[in-house]
Amino acid sequence: MLMVAVSMVVFSLVSLSPVDPVAANVGQAALSGMSDEKLATLQAYWGKDVPLVERYASWVSGLLRGDMGDSLRFNAPVAQVVAQRAANSLVLMGIAWLASGVLGLALGIAAGVRRGGAADRLVKASCFVLAASPTFWVALLMLIVFGVVLGWFPIGFSAPIGKAAADVTWLDAFHHLALPAITLSVVGVANVALHTREKTIDVMGSPYVRFARARGESTGSVVIHHGLRNLVLPALTIQCSQIAEIFGGSVLVEQVFSYPGLGQAAVSAGIGGDTALLAGIALVSAALVFGGNLVANILYGVVDPRMRKEYSRG
Amino acid sequence: MAELASGILHIPKARRLPSRRAALVLAVASVALLVGVVVAGRVLEPAAMATDFTQKNLPPSLAHPFGTDWMGRDMLARTLAGLSLSVLVGLGAAGASSLIALVLGSAAALGGRRADAAVSWLIDLMMGIPHIVLLILISFALGKGFWGVTVGVALTHWPSLTRVVRAEILQCRQSGFVAAARKLGATPVQVALRHMVPFVLPQFLVGLILMFPHAILHEAALTFLGFGLPPEQPAIGIILSESMTYLSAGLWWLAVFPGLALIAAVMLFDAVGSSVRRLVDPTSAQE
Repeated sequence: MLMVAVSMVVFSLVSLSPVDPVAANVGQAALSGMSDEKLATLQAYWGKDVPLVERYASWVSGLLRGDMGDSLRFNAPVAQVVAQRAANSLVLMGIAWLASGVLGLALGIAAGVRRGGAADRLVKASCFVLAASPTFWVALLMLIVFGVVLGWFPIGFSAPIGKAAADVTWLDAFHHLALPAITLSVVGVANVALHTREKTIDVMGSPYVRFARARGESTGSVVIHHGLRNLVLPALTIQCSQIAEIFGGSVLVEQVFSYPGLGQAAVSAGIGGDTALLAGIALVSAALVFGGNLVANILYGVVDPRMRKEYSRG
Repeated sequence: MAELASGILHIPKARRLPSRRAALVLAVASVALLVGVVVAGRVLEPAAMATDFTQKNLPPSLAHPFGTDWMGRDMLARTLAGLSLSVLVGLGAAGASSLIALVLGSAAALGGRRADAAVSWLIDLMMGIPHIVLLILISFALGKGFWGVTVGVALTHWPSLTRVVRAEILQCRQSGFVAAARKLGATPVQVALRHMVPFVLPQFLVGLILMFPHAILHEAALTFLGFGLPPEQPAIGIILSESMTYLSAGLWWLAVFPGLALIAAVMLFDAVGSSVRRLVDPTSAQE
């Protein structure tokens, strides 16, 4: 139901655009030198005069058959472009999602266990700064420091330039993936870390922790045996609700690193007036967010036995 | 940003007690600084456009604290001008967005069950598409440029504030003092003006101020991607995306200082927001 609405919103927004696909793709010089007949053929090819509702109907019926139309920019079916790009993007986002979650959890616990200590203040301050800094600027800094000055990582793309696709090794791919993934993870940490910190403070003040301490358990053991379960759940909730944010971040990061993922494709589609591709990517991203929420709901059951009971009771 | 504010709200009591005046000073100082930046940026705009090819690609020095770019433009002037532009666009967009939030929030709270369901469904819809993608879509639909960003940011930032407004109005409506006022014969208009507005307004203002940083960051991001303000204007996003071309040539100051300035502006807005919240929040206002 919501997906249908999303598809309608996406399609009407995309169709509203005054960006003329002919003008955007042919180029100014070619456009002015083109004969009227040629122009009319091209406009007909890109379906300029078909009314909105009709176009939507044909687009949706295509969608249901798995046909998302053809990308003007890449001159290939949208589904193919999206699939190819999504593989790159999903690896990037998956790593960032996991890394920022784990790192955020660890930092949040470290900060919350000794509240007001040096680690706490450090984590809190850096999280505030991170939450305020624009993703693309962090990416730029990473690029300057590790790509240009230190030269540890390549400054763009997902494989070495001038190497045939078949020769690209896993190591190459990983080497190119590292910097964008690190950037995206670092940017995503702030939210989880701050929330986990709050929760950790709550947990550390709870009666069961006091009892565990009275039994002589060490701080580490208290955190592992009593804290972790209670802390993972809120962290998981936040991480799942952050999928949309991470997707947004990946758009920016991919743009900075010229990493050929979904986000970069969305940007070039938007600038080039490639409606079909833009609409396809928007739909996929929305599906990703819904999927994330679904996975979150399933994972709650795994982590939290109370929820399982509630479900089985109906 | 709400998390940030709650983080500040949860600092230990001992340090919070004498903080009322500190919060006020912080808020006023931040506002003054931001106004200063905007004014300076507007005044310096000609300087930000002035090129001087004898002075190009200079690293930061006393004459040019932020260095100069490949056209000999002073980066400090450009940064300030860009920042003021970004702040103004952010303010306008967030203001418009808050109006949407106010209307939809009150409609949801007062318009009956149908309106409530419709609004929360709209919110789900907005949350379902990643922000940046939605911004790109809206900006694309409006043909990019100034209106593309402003409308885009305005149309995407209302959901959280709408929830706040709705919750506040509902809470207020069920409170004892509203019931008492009704029994005393107050008309709905009187109740709304006398009781609802003072109750909801502070939270609304705080939400609005805390929306600014988001709006500014998203404006910058969108402009950076090429969907926002036109490239002739010295917006922060433009400056940063231009700097990308010169990164491998080692012109690091083109990217570093404008970014730092943007972070500073965002954190100042945050500081204003959380200080104002501390001042108007009934649980901490009496300390």
